[in-house]
Amino acid sequence: MSRQSNRTTDSKKMNSELFTLTYGALVTQLCKDYENDEEVNKQLDKMGYNIGVRLIEDFLARSSVGRCQDFRETADVIAKVAFKTYLGVTPSVTNWSPAGDEFSLILESNPLVDFVELPDNHNALIYSNLLCGVLRGALEMVQMAVDVKFVQDTLRGDNVTEIRMKFIKRIEENLPAGDE
Amino acid sequence: MTVHNLYIFDRNGKCLYYNEWNRKKQAGISKEEEYKLMYGMLFSIRSFVSKMSPLDSKEGFQSFQTSRYRLHYFETPSGLKFVMNTDLSVSNARDALQHIYSNLYVENIVKNPTCILGNSLDSDLFSTRLDTFIRALPYYNPRTT
Repeated sequence: MSRQSNRTTDSKKMNSELFTLTYGALVTQLCKDYENDEEVNKQLDKMGYNIGVRLIEDFLARSSVGRCQDFRETADVIAKVAFKTYLGVTPSVTNWSPAGDEFSLILESNPLVDFVELPDNHNALIYSNLLCGVLRGALEMVQMAVDVKFVQDTLRGDNVTEIRMKFIKRIEENLPAGDE
Repeated sequence: MTVHNLYIFDRNGKCLYYNEWNRKKQAGISKEEEYKLMYGMLFSIRSFVSKMSPLDSKEGFQSFQTSRYRLHYFETPSGLKFVMNTDLSVSNARDALQHIYSNLYVENIVKNPTCILGNSLDSDLFSTRLDTFIRALPYYNPRTT
């Protein structure tokens, strides 16, 4: 009887332009459907969240990293392993808050925005907001509630793209109700 | 050398999947009851085991054995729990459980948009592949009685 073929370690190559353009088409369609930037941001975050809760399983299976001991380790894994695996870039982790519960991911380049210019009538649009949702969804599945938002964006004329992440709380596992 | 049964629990203690291969004696309680008790036992063992540990460890509880069977336990950081009962000749089945997670669960359930996470796994593809995998394990070999 034949075994399942093992997952090949080298990830499948995909054309990054196709990925960038597909994402662009998605955002464009959302802009058409909602006509209100706030609502588009919300939808992108929601989609990202749904991606994140599944992507985390793929990430854990692929990378075989264990549970992180603290938020700093989490930050490192996100930057060096997760972003590297899925977007091919390695953001730097900086601007730690004194309490160690908040940090920034600085992206020198953001593959999602390679061909993008924000038109004037969409100045409230957070184009890459999907990423916030992904991070929030993925971390929620490993018992971490976080708040994620863009604070700088090259699309709005900033020098770098900065994602701010704030640790809110650990989600404790509970015994299902009805058990003594 | 054999595999008795396999449970998959989600992070909330719901039994997502159960199957048995060479289980000759039933517990004499309903399956629902059995899942609940199994999860409750694991939950308690797990939390107490880590409290008793002299050093912090990432892995924690991995298996226990009685005079008749061994229970192998594998938990992902996302809280999925894979539990396999085998006979005593199988010393370590964690690789198999890890394989079930990364190559079967992730590939066939997580990446299947029609499978809603947190629901019972009713994917035929998953069941078939899992069955094939278990039967191909070197220690599967049911003894003939």
